[in-house]
Amino acid sequence: MVTLKELPKEEYILKGNPACAGCGATISLRLMFKALGRKVIMIVPACCTTVIQGPYPYTAFKVPLLNIVFESTGAAASGIVAALKKRGIEDVTVVGWAGDGGTVDIGLQSLSGAAERETNFIYICYDNEAYGNTGMQRSGATPFGAWTTTTPTGKREHKKDMPMIMAAHGIPYVATVIPSYPLDFINKLRKAKQIKGTKYIHILSPCPTGWRFPGSKTIEIGRLAVQTGMWALYEIENGEFKLNPPSARLLDKSKRKPVELYLRAQGRFRNLTDRDIAEIQQWVDETWEKYKRLQAN
Amino acid sequence: MTQTIIDTANHIAAYAAKAARVKVVAAYPITPQTTIVEKIAEFVESGEMDAEYIRVESEHSAMAACVGAEAAGVRTFTATSAHGLALMHEVLHWAAGSRLPIVMAVVNRAMGAPWSIWPDFSDSLSQRDTGWLQFYCADNQEVFDTIIQAYKICEDKRVLLPAMVCSEGLILSHTFMPVKAPEQEEIDDFLPPYDPGWALDVDNPFSHANLVSPEWYMEFRYMIQNAMENAKRLIPEVDREYGRRFGFEHGGLIEKYQCEDADLILVTMGTMGSEAKISVNNLRKEGLKVGLARVRVFRPFPKEEIRKLAENAQMLTAIDRHVSFGMEGFLATEIKASLYSREKSASDPPLVAGFLAGIGGRDVTYRDIELIAKKSWKWMQAGKIEEETVWWNLRE
Amino acid sequence: MQKLEVKIPKSRKDLPVTPLSVPTVGSMGKTGDWRTFKPIIDYSKCTRCLLCWIYCPEGAIERGEDDTPKIDYEYCKGCGLCANECPVKAINMEREKK
Repeated sequence: MVTLKELPKEEYILKGNPACAGCGATISLRLMFKALGRKVIMIVPACCTTVIQGPYPYTAFKVPLLNIVFESTGAAASGIVAALKKRGIEDVTVVGWAGDGGTVDIGLQSLSGAAERETNFIYICYDNEAYGNTGMQRSGATPFGAWTTTTPTGKREHKKDMPMIMAAHGIPYVATVIPSYPLDFINKLRKAKQIKGTKYIHILSPCPTGWRFPGSKTIEIGRLAVQTGMWALYEIENGEFKLNPPSARLLDKSKRKPVELYLRAQGRFRNLTDRDIAEIQQWVDETWEKYKRLQAN
Repeated sequence: MTQTIIDTANHIAAYAAKAARVKVVAAYPITPQTTIVEKIAEFVESGEMDAEYIRVESEHSAMAACVGAEAAGVRTFTATSAHGLALMHEVLHWAAGSRLPIVMAVVNRAMGAPWSIWPDFSDSLSQRDTGWLQFYCADNQEVFDTIIQAYKICEDKRVLLPAMVCSEGLILSHTFMPVKAPEQEEIDDFLPPYDPGWALDVDNPFSHANLVSPEWYMEFRYMIQNAMENAKRLIPEVDREYGRRFGFEHGGLIEKYQCEDADLILVTMGTMGSEAKISVNNLRKEGLKVGLARVRVFRPFPKEEIRKLAENAQMLTAIDRHVSFGMEGFLATEIKASLYSREKSASDPPLVAGFLAGIGGRDVTYRDIELIAKKSWKWMQAGKIEEETVWWNLRE
Repeated sequence: MQKLEVKIPKSRKDLPVTPLSVPTVGSMGKTGDWRTFKPIIDYSKCTRCLLCWIYCPEGAIERGEDDTPKIDYEYCKGCGLCANECPVKAINMEREKK
């Protein structure tokens, strides 16, 4: 297990960029680069990170980065991987870095295709649970009850379970992470780098702008997400499901904090009734029963 | 020693991609292009072709994968038709804006709704504004030669734009014709390895194509237009060089047949252009001075060549295989635009007539073209075009 | 492949064939101007745990030789994450005086 002191000082996402103050995605980017280092080629579809680069002729990124159309992270990554193979370049990590919209909605096809073809790359979805770049419209990853500009009275449907969808592709590595647990995050990215094949990392990326909480609380909200069980930290390696320490102890329901603590801390859940909260609590509990069964196998 | 291959235009396109030493192919099957991707799969799996073959899950992904691969520094190839091409539309813009010299075989097929598998140019001509070069072939030899030439033209640092090499579905794609393919060493000498204009490199990091404000966007677009102008000069040069080395030339921008003393010039594209040669021969036997201009390159549009043809002719008749709904045939419009003078002058430009034929794959024979020419001839003698656009052989 | 020179353009002739952007600190300018509140570290309390350094979304906290954190006020956006997360409450958010 790595320690903070061992981490390199070098930054590959440069300060003074357009990201919102307190942005969960930029913390995640910093952590990703601490794990993967300089030899990374990024593919970025339309998403918040498109804007975070800053305007031409400047970019906040210190690694080669290909911007691509919204749907096509998985496909463009497949092309880059094939080209590097033909050029005999073996020490570069290809990283697809996309928002939830570009992953679970419009980008799903090309990601599924890339995974089915066993494309050797890391796909990272940083999930702020809405279309952030265009001002927080709902996506398939928006959770039940959340306000977005296209679900002003709260989304009626539940969040699409993308990590499980990717696991169903039979890829060698799926992991969920959150910037609030940085060492867990970095360990998983480093592990992914060593594995051959398609690796899928899903970051829950708390978003002060979209979720309506002060920018100083990004890490705290993320911690609450894990402590309430709304977000579970796990890995699925070659089909084997395993909860990681911050989440593993929460299989015991009594150790999970009530979801209300997480939900009431965010303005986007302001409209939730007690009944809604009870429904969410039940959904979380049912999800954890499923984790219990998966862990036992 | 050249080798003779007798095969369909589709298989020939695969041979050309192999001869061009393409390193990454990303393609998806669609009628009538499918046998291209099948042939490439055979070549790759037998080891005859040293390329990575990405069997993508849609045409949109095919073009995105080509963009990724070309941006990472290798020569790429793909192929599609009709709806596959349409599906790629936004990525076609992205590829041209990225100045990536991808070459794509487009096997022309009519767009739906309703479904059609027969040829016309509605698919490729709908993409004429994307910044891609467009070549239209009249036979299988030209398909082979043009794919090789396209890489040389597109990868030139003064161009750096992608190209479509179009051939009509079923008419060429599934028809066997003999093709003479030069030796691999000779092709390698003509077409050296890909030297990218730019590529992703961990030792020289940059972001490609992040937000460009109105402060610079227009200049980048100007550069694309400029590249098209450069391509216009380079295309005939490359065709002539290819002809000198290998014995086959295809007319550069426009293949001209008996245009020098023609009163009436038929202007068309693709296989109608080779069919029309027979029509011209027959009409000449009847004493009518008719010529044929087969537009080989639609983008960049050969304005200057059209103007030269118009100097001595009294009339140009465009035979189009697609209509821009709400306007007219594409060739008809672009010819008229090319001939429209920038000066008020005393001399009259030639008449320009527009005929639509072969839409949805309806057969266009040399007899049809003769009749089109005769109708045009009457209007030319009267000095007046009776119908602005004629839908040839339309049912009552 | 030759190393491509990518630079900030002053005129059309400086432009690359396609937009290639230069890695730049301050791609959005001096984002320190965004602040309403400014984090101040009380070094007598600071334990050099590095949590503020790792959590800063901007990477605006420099890590000194002995892991002493130093805030780059030219770029710090004043989000207050560092103050919120410091386990010994060594960071205080003070209103900017303008």
